[in-house]
Amino acid sequence: MSQKNRIDGGLIDRQSTLNFTFDDHHYTGFKGDTLASALLANNITLVGRSFKYHRPRGILTSGSSEPNALVELIKGSTKEPNSRATTIKLFDELKAKSQNCWPSLKYDVQSINDCFAPFLTAGFYYKTFMWPKSFWEKVYEPLIRRAAGLGELVSLPDPDHYDRGYRHCDLLIIGAGAAGLMAGLVAGRQGLNIIIAEEDFLFGGRLLGENEEINGMHCHDWIENVVNELKAMPHVRLMAKTAVFGVFDQQTYYALERFTDQIDTIGPRQIIWEINSKHVILASGATERHIAFGNNDRPGVMLASAMRDYTNRFAVRPASRVAVFTNNDSGWLTARDLDKKGIEVTAIIDVRSEYEHQKIAKKYPNIPVYSQDQIIKVHGYNRVKAITLLNGAKIHVDGIAVSGGWNPSIHLTCQHRQRPTWNDAISGFVANEASLPSGMKVAGAAKGTYTTKMVLQDGLNQANIVLSELGHASSKMHTPSANDDTYHGKTFWSVKETKQRAWIDFQNDVTTKDIRLAVQEGFYSVEHVKRYTTLGMATDQGKTSSVIGIGIIAETMNKSIQETGTTIFRAPYVPIAIGALGGPHSGKHFRPTRETPSHQFARENNAKFVETGAWLRSQYFPDKNESHWRESVNREVLGTRNNVGVTDVSTLGKIDVQGKDAAAFLDKVYCNTISTLNMQRCRYGIMLREDGIVMDDGTVAHIANNHFIVTTTTANAVQVYRHMEFCRQCLWPEMDVALISITEQWAQYAIAGPKSRHLLEKIIDNDHDISNTHFPYMACDEISICNGIRARLFRLSFSGEMAYELAVPARYGDALIRHIHEIGKTFNLTPYGTEALGVMRIEKGHAAGNELNGQTTAGDLGLGKMVSKKKDSIGNVLSEREGLTDPMRLVLVGVMPCDSKHKITSGSHIFANNLACIPDNDLGYISSMAYSPMLNSYIGLAMLRNGTDRFGEKLRAVNLLQNQDIAIKITSPHFYDPKGERLRG
Amino acid sequence: MKINHPLLGPRNESEFTILGDAKLLNRPNILESNQAQAFYEYLYLRDNPIGMHRELWFHEQGDRSWLIVTRNTLTHEISKVELAANVVNKEGQAK
Amino acid sequence: MSYSAIKVIKEAFTGHRGWKPLWRRPEPKPEYDIIVIGGGGHGLATAYYLASEYKNKKIAILEKGWLGGGNIGRNTTIFRSNYLLHDNEKFYEMSLKLWEKFEQDLNYNAMISQRGVINLFHSDAQRDAYVRRGNSMLINGADAILLNEDDLRKKCPFLNYDNARFPIQGGLWQPRGGTIRHDAVAWGYARAADQLGVDIIENCEVTGFDIQNGKCNAVRTNRGTIKAKKFGVAVAGSSSAVMANAGLQLPIESHVLQAFVSEGLKPIIPGVITFGAGHFYISQSDKGGLVFGGDIDGYNSYAQRGNMTVVEDVCEGGMAVMPMIGKARLLRMWGGVMDMSMDGSPIIDRTPIKGIYFNGGWCYGGFKATPASGKCFAHLLATDESHPNAKAYLLNRFEKGQMIDEKGMGAQPNLH
Repeated sequence: MSQKNRIDGGLIDRQSTLNFTFDDHHYTGFKGDTLASALLANNITLVGRSFKYHRPRGILTSGSSEPNALVELIKGSTKEPNSRATTIKLFDELKAKSQNCWPSLKYDVQSINDCFAPFLTAGFYYKTFMWPKSFWEKVYEPLIRRAAGLGELVSLPDPDHYDRGYRHCDLLIIGAGAAGLMAGLVAGRQGLNIIIAEEDFLFGGRLLGENEEINGMHCHDWIENVVNELKAMPHVRLMAKTAVFGVFDQQTYYALERFTDQIDTIGPRQIIWEINSKHVILASGATERHIAFGNNDRPGVMLASAMRDYTNRFAVRPASRVAVFTNNDSGWLTARDLDKKGIEVTAIIDVRSEYEHQKIAKKYPNIPVYSQDQIIKVHGYNRVKAITLLNGAKIHVDGIAVSGGWNPSIHLTCQHRQRPTWNDAISGFVANEASLPSGMKVAGAAKGTYTTKMVLQDGLNQANIVLSELGHASSKMHTPSANDDTYHGKTFWSVKETKQRAWIDFQNDVTTKDIRLAVQEGFYSVEHVKRYTTLGMATDQGKTSSVIGIGIIAETMNKSIQETGTTIFRAPYVPIAIGALGGPHSGKHFRPTRETPSHQFARENNAKFVETGAWLRSQYFPDKNESHWRESVNREVLGTRNNVGVTDVSTLGKIDVQGKDAAAFLDKVYCNTISTLNMQRCRYGIMLREDGIVMDDGTVAHIANNHFIVTTTTANAVQVYRHMEFCRQCLWPEMDVALISITEQWAQYAIAGPKSRHLLEKIIDNDHDISNTHFPYMACDEISICNGIRARLFRLSFSGEMAYELAVPARYGDALIRHIHEIGKTFNLTPYGTEALGVMRIEKGHAAGNELNGQTTAGDLGLGKMVSKKKDSIGNVLSEREGLTDPMRLVLVGVMPCDSKHKITSGSHIFANNLACIPDNDLGYISSMAYSPMLNSYIGLAMLRNGTDRFGEKLRAVNLLQNQDIAIKITSPHFYDPKGERLRG
Repeated sequence: MKINHPLLGPRNESEFTILGDAKLLNRPNILESNQAQAFYEYLYLRDNPIGMHRELWFHEQGDRSWLIVTRNTLTHEISKVELAANVVNKEGQAK
Repeated sequence: MSYSAIKVIKEAFTGHRGWKPLWRRPEPKPEYDIIVIGGGGHGLATAYYLASEYKNKKIAILEKGWLGGGNIGRNTTIFRSNYLLHDNEKFYEMSLKLWEKFEQDLNYNAMISQRGVINLFHSDAQRDAYVRRGNSMLINGADAILLNEDDLRKKCPFLNYDNARFPIQGGLWQPRGGTIRHDAVAWGYARAADQLGVDIIENCEVTGFDIQNGKCNAVRTNRGTIKAKKFGVAVAGSSSAVMANAGLQLPIESHVLQAFVSEGLKPIIPGVITFGAGHFYISQSDKGGLVFGGDIDGYNSYAQRGNMTVVEDVCEGGMAVMPMIGKARLLRMWGGVMDMSMDGSPIIDRTPIKGIYFNGGWCYGGFKATPASGKCFAHLLATDESHPNAKAYLLNRFEKGQMIDEKGMGAQPNLH
């Protein structure tokens, strides 16, 4: 019983037997098989169910155009749904399952849908399921959704790894069939750097499935010789299992390499390659299409070329009694090759007249030929049993080889919205040579050249053209001798005499009737028909079906095919795993992590960290006996306010500004005046956007002559630097000023609290006087610490305490925090995190991210007077627009609950008492809140309509989302030490 | 997309940040009589052509230069890449 | 022709020979009362509401290509009303309420599926912003629920809770949001408008406006000059190009937004989920495809296609937040041209040229706005007054400093 359909010959390794299971049954195959060929070898022809009607389906193709034979590949607890059996390289212990069927592939309950087919026509759902209204959500939609989809996704993380890579070459050849290999050989011998990318795991393309001679040898031997020669060339890279799926701008190509895929070898499962090549030869071949006739979707119906592939390449008998149904010469090749392998061909049914096919018929005298005939009906359910012809004859067969002509694979020529041209002679769309992507040439079957000899010659010619464009000598090679029978075909889409439904798109169950109905309902554009019927939208992307659909639209509307046109071709050429596109950036590696200079120290001291953009910052430092984070934060605040605290502020953006126009430049970018700032002094500064809204705030330190250091908020560091470079390079390039970001170069610690000076005095070198007289609030200087280490000291305070920021080159950051910690022990130093920082800034009423939200003006934040009207600065003019100076704008205030036990919530909206919570009554919202251990109450900052006039008013903080309605009183935002005596102490 | 940086050669689009219409180079003079209107037009009314477009790109993951890229918005072809500072300086001299 | 259960059954038994075209293909008449330029979702909805609510007007829609071929046919089908600012929230909530009765109003099933929209948050500041937003929604009569991590683990067990670079803290959930079969919206409005006598004229491109003394009297098209009293322009990504024909420059840039759909899969995603620490949102169609997207490419473009930088960024976001989708395959990708305004909010207003009215600047929020946009634009065209729910969407708001800037990004269209 094992592999009963296996025959002689082929490109399989009979020494390597591979075990696999399909629907839990065990089978064997050989190395070189695909899952599809191995299933056929084991006489399995029913492999899937269609999407809508759950019709039984077999294997239609032998490649990536397969619409039917989709399976789930199982590996451990994960699986890969919708995998084409025709492209899965068989490996040992492969486990596959059929999908979209229940309880089993053979007896699928939902095949009942087929009985309701008269209702389930194209677009049926748009007209129905509307009565009664409530039934859609509760009854109809859940039913439809349950039936949706094909394969199943496991809800566990994808355990596989994916990677990305970049490659560059002189010439990229897409497809390693006759044209691609020939082009590669020619260009390779002349020394070009080449990449040849082939979707299949073997090189050779269409030739792998043929039984003909090139240069007097079997074409398989010719392939082997050429591939061996190319492999020996160091400048040629052959990439198998690599599908080029997209053409992007500036000659950027993207390819997917199925590197290890399911096979357990070392390395990522798949790799996305970005390939940059100024020259490309597209040798992607052509895809055979079928013909629509009654019940043409039954298992056993197969493309004629696929039958040749299974017979010649995989040494498999796809059926034992075969009828060939064709409208062109290539169907006849299948009859010939099957016959040679001893497979009975009972009939060649050719829609053409004897005159039209006489040339090829002469070579095949032994097979019954039915000219100008058609198959009107297929008998059988799970497998073809017989056919009825137009002439009434009924023939018993178990396989039908169909050839409806060929579609050149022009996908990659049209991804930039180019429209292909209909070529009547080959009955297919070809690329419009005038509008190819820059640098691309098309060779071989991809441009409608269908005889082996001419394909080889075209490959040679195109390679020679590339060689000459690159200034290389052209090759003296001759075209190998090969079959040069001319190709003849006739445009023929569907059997009109058929009474049964005739399938166009197998997976989505689109029949000729659906197309005609769509046109009848006024869907004339090919885009409309596609959307109305779902033609070509299945996982095979319409590779076999789209052109037939277009042909039938044209026939129905009495238009030419060129007039009917195609839908837009879009990347990807083959479906690409989302995991592969995500590459290595999953889990914690989604984005880089930036650690501060004190990170290691903080970790050793039990810090909890918080993501702040890309940074990880210390959030708080819990003590052993603290069970709630707020205990830690309260302790950190009190420790800082009563003694001294230290926190890492290295994440603040730091920009070094130098040059003789530095001060004038800063006058332009800050809305307040900087040029009056004395040396060794700092000033708070606000930057506006050109639209007058606050962009960022920070400090400006005049550290030396013509030398400033400005800080930005952590969140805006990148944008502010970019903006300042814009001002420097694009607006005022004549100014003598240079900028550099020094955020990472300096570690910076804020040391805050009444004992901060005493602590610092133990760290800085003796020759620096930091007494209040010599180094008052807002002083800054370049100093040295720890016996000569260069440092910068700024007397700045975000906490409202007497405070300093001490900066050292980043390499000393770790040592410095440890040193501060050590010295600090005698001062009861408390390391604090972003939470305590936040509490203290709210106590002081400083605006931060929640208030600097891109919607507030300087005036809104109570800083309107800082906008100097004596000078030009970014945002100055537009900040005066009426909407931005409206007295009814929301402005910054403080809020406290009337009952200090009540907690207020950020995001609550503010309403007056006794007024309904409707938009017109909305007075603003709470932007930030914290528990203040100094005030023993929750406190908050709020943006309040007309807020400065409301100090003392009692209002409500309403949080409908969390069912809160809290009485609050409005205060000044400066809760703690409003006169600022502590920071000047 | 690839941008052919005048100093550094072809670079991937991912190294850059785009700002938009290069008219943002022409910031109105604060002394203009109708400043409010001039600044409104400068900031809000953008060229948005189908076809050639001059636009500002910042080489953020590179040498931090601002570039003026002339690019076709229908085909994404790039016909010219200049250093913004050079262009502004030249235009300044021409005035 | 009305769709009813009886009609559907009768046709099933008689070979579907009785179905008629959804809309006629009339030749343009020389003159109309109102011409709507743009046969996309907004244009069709505008014409439908004009015809149904302000009767006795001769109305035509001019579409340069095929009906519904713009952004109504290339979006990610999501509708929601989860905005922060009242000017937006009241408008989008109006739209959501219109969606809820779309099928009954139009006798066309667009498969409106209210399976909810969840916006994830990953930090305290993001939570605070979502609380503020959720309250805005409730204040405007919409629905909103704040989910914590435990709630989410029950609802969406497949999200990445335990190995995340930016841990998920919770989400803001709007249960009434969801998805719609987008093409059906265009067809439904077209069919309904046609039945009310609107002439839908496809393959009719406007090439110019006849403007005299500041008033527009006619449009020039590839099918001849057509007169009308009023012209409503609703052409989304083509806004700048069309309005340039009238000599107007707009506070709008056109950008490409890419969108993606996977192969069909058995249902696994319950509604719409938006990642809060990267650019990624996803839903699953009634057919089983995962429909997902992220940020715009960032550069001005009319190409209706983008580049891989953004594709990879979106898929990185997807893998970061729901690593189960690694083995789902991206099947199709496409791009739409977004009319990105300078504050991220739309414009429905008169223009300085008498007779020309403008509807645009939808950024990537245009699809869900379709019914409200149509209704408000129809109101403006018919009455010359802004609809009460669209009073803030004025063209001159930038001159006056009255921006409606949800994200606080300022005059930087590609950041909205």
